[in-house]
Amino acid sequence: MTTTAPPEGTEHTEAPGEPGRGGLAVFGDAAREYASRLRGGDVGALPAVLGLLALFVVFTALRPNRFTTPFNFANLVHQSAAVIVIAMGLIFILLLGEIDLSAGYTAGTAAAVMGIVVTQRGWPWWIAVIACLVTGAVVGTVIGWLVARLGIPSFVVTLAAFLGLQGVLLKLIGEGGTISIRDETLVAINNDDLPVLLGWLVCLVTIAGYAWVSLRRTAVRRAAGLQHTALPVALTRIALVAALLVAGTAYLSIERSPNPNVTSLRGVPIVVLLLLVLLVGLNFVLTRTSFGRHVYAVGGNAEAARRAGINVWRVKLTCFMISSTLAATAGILLASRDNSISPTTGGADTLLYAVGAAVIGGTSLFGGKGRVVDAVLGGLVIGVIINGMGLLSQPSSVVYMVTGLVLLVAASVDALSRRRAASTGRL
Amino acid sequence: MTGPSQQDAPPPPPGGGADPLLSLRGVNKSFGAVHVLQDVDLDVFAGQVTALVGDNGAGKSTLIKGIAGIHPFDSGSYVFGGEHVSVTNPKQANALGIEVVYQDLALCDNLDIVHNLFLGREVTSNGLLDEAAMERRATETLAGLSVRTVRSIRQHVASLSGGQRQTVAIARAVIWNSRLVILDEPTAALGVAQTEQVLKLVRRLADNGLGVVLISHNLNDVVQVADNVAVLYLGRTAAQVDAGAVSRNQIVELITSGRTGSIGLAANGTAAEVGELPDLPVPVDPARPSDEVTR
Repeated sequence: MTTTAPPEGTEHTEAPGEPGRGGLAVFGDAAREYASRLRGGDVGALPAVLGLLALFVVFTALRPNRFTTPFNFANLVHQSAAVIVIAMGLIFILLLGEIDLSAGYTAGTAAAVMGIVVTQRGWPWWIAVIACLVTGAVVGTVIGWLVARLGIPSFVVTLAAFLGLQGVLLKLIGEGGTISIRDETLVAINNDDLPVLLGWLVCLVTIAGYAWVSLRRTAVRRAAGLQHTALPVALTRIALVAALLVAGTAYLSIERSPNPNVTSLRGVPIVVLLLLVLLVGLNFVLTRTSFGRHVYAVGGNAEAARRAGINVWRVKLTCFMISSTLAATAGILLASRDNSISPTTGGADTLLYAVGAAVIGGTSLFGGKGRVVDAVLGGLVIGVIINGMGLLSQPSSVVYMVTGLVLLVAASVDALSRRRAASTGRL
Repeated sequence: MTGPSQQDAPPPPPGGGADPLLSLRGVNKSFGAVHVLQDVDLDVFAGQVTALVGDNGAGKSTLIKGIAGIHPFDSGSYVFGGEHVSVTNPKQANALGIEVVYQDLALCDNLDIVHNLFLGREVTSNGLLDEAAMERRATETLAGLSVRTVRSIRQHVASLSGGQRQTVAIARAVIWNSRLVILDEPTAALGVAQTEQVLKLVRRLADNGLGVVLISHNLNDVVQVADNVAVLYLGRTAAQVDAGAVSRNQIVELITSGRTGSIGLAANGTAAEVGELPDLPVPVDPARPSDEVTR
């Protein structure tokens, strides 16, 4: 279902000292534990996963020949990638209980810087990418400094940045103009696929890595005599993840070009590799490092964090830097996808879709609760809605209304589970 | 001035003559024009519970924030473990082995017990969080405090009762082999049974050899667990005496008027006990509400 464990790692545990239980009993225990967490309001990623499944079923039923095709799935990934990456960055901000309204235009502005470096200056693509990421980091530093050090509400600071960066973007690309990206590498990032063999290699490495991490965690905890996941449960979870990844890779490895004789289109999109690296890396930072723990602490109770000796403003500043740098990364994906940068790159609904993605995935707007994988799940939900409604030839009006409705449902689930959690003491 | 009588005899110094773990002499703290602490003295002894009492606004919170390095003192001597030290931020206080358990608990509801116990001082190996080591040590610490009321140390703090939360906060203070633990009103919002539980824990800390400072408005708590009592009155030390040497009424009198018999501040503002306090006028306000103390 997911490639990450929740930060608290409490699910499906067996008490130490009863290793004699085997067979189906541990699955029963795990299921009961999970059911009790759901009843307690700790719904985690379940709504997003169920929503995703429901949308797939609906669109497959309505447009079996257009929606459920390898071509469309690859397309879906390309379309959603930028929103997912922005949402990943926003999770760091939302965990603090803050908001970044400017992430979309940070993406656009950073992409424009990249475009200028690579076209007007004619420098190699990697310098342009570095310039793009540095732009994002600088924007994040300024916003973070204003919010964390001067204590200006992030809503106001990032609203100002939202307006200001829109102007900077216009200034950079010229009124009404566009910058086209012709650099092959940059265009490939969010348009091309990995060679089929490499795609399978990535798939297998990911499965092996996931299996190693989860089995090792179980072994360490078992050796220390602490509560640990029952082995059959851990193996089942690994098998599920493996099956999902293998199925996805196989599906995307099917030839999907409408005219294979002219040009072949098969393999896992390059951008999937980028998403995977970001997902694993950022999840690692949030769950396995002191910094990540401090992010949750600041979001949960900033005063408690301060008294515990955590440098609250530095944590906040770092989160804004991470978020804006990821927004710049999304800017690269947007520019690559469109082969150009226009005044609307990163504008319009980009930011709101990203916030929606994080919330649909299960990240709370009140801080202290959220995971990186939420961005992927929520981003895919948004992506599927936009993609599917497009295939149904629905006008924009309907697409907007449906997207709004889904976001509302997600927010309601969050609010209801929060109320439930408050009454049962889980958060 | 009343004449000398048996009751007015100066009480024996607290601590039974041992060297104090923490000794403050003549500390001052101002916030702008407000002189919150004026030449305050305080001694805390290892293995003893020192109750710090005083009316609202007497300077108790400011005093412990100064000890903890949150709002460093402006002047005065700060001797810890027999050495003059300078404590200007919480990390330095922690490094000395001074821990504060705050009234509003300062726990993160969205984290579990282990995470809260190690908040800000996570155990890492190779730069990564060492969950197994933290969980083991948390289990040991809670067992060492004879805490058996929590179901799982992996449950979120949000699901704990008031007494359990207070227990977690106290456990956090002792997990680092601390030497001095300061408790700010640990029983304020607790029921009778939970108060009892927490007071036993406080006593156990002192019996384990820690110096304990207990801030409380509840004189029942003070009488029950304290070895000696330090009274602040309008930012000055009214007295610090053995708990057995004063009656409850005398403590109330010290809190509300700064003196009782020969103990406490003299009417002209100098301490009857500690002669070296400067001659400053003491604003006397007999109308100060005292219902909270005498309740």
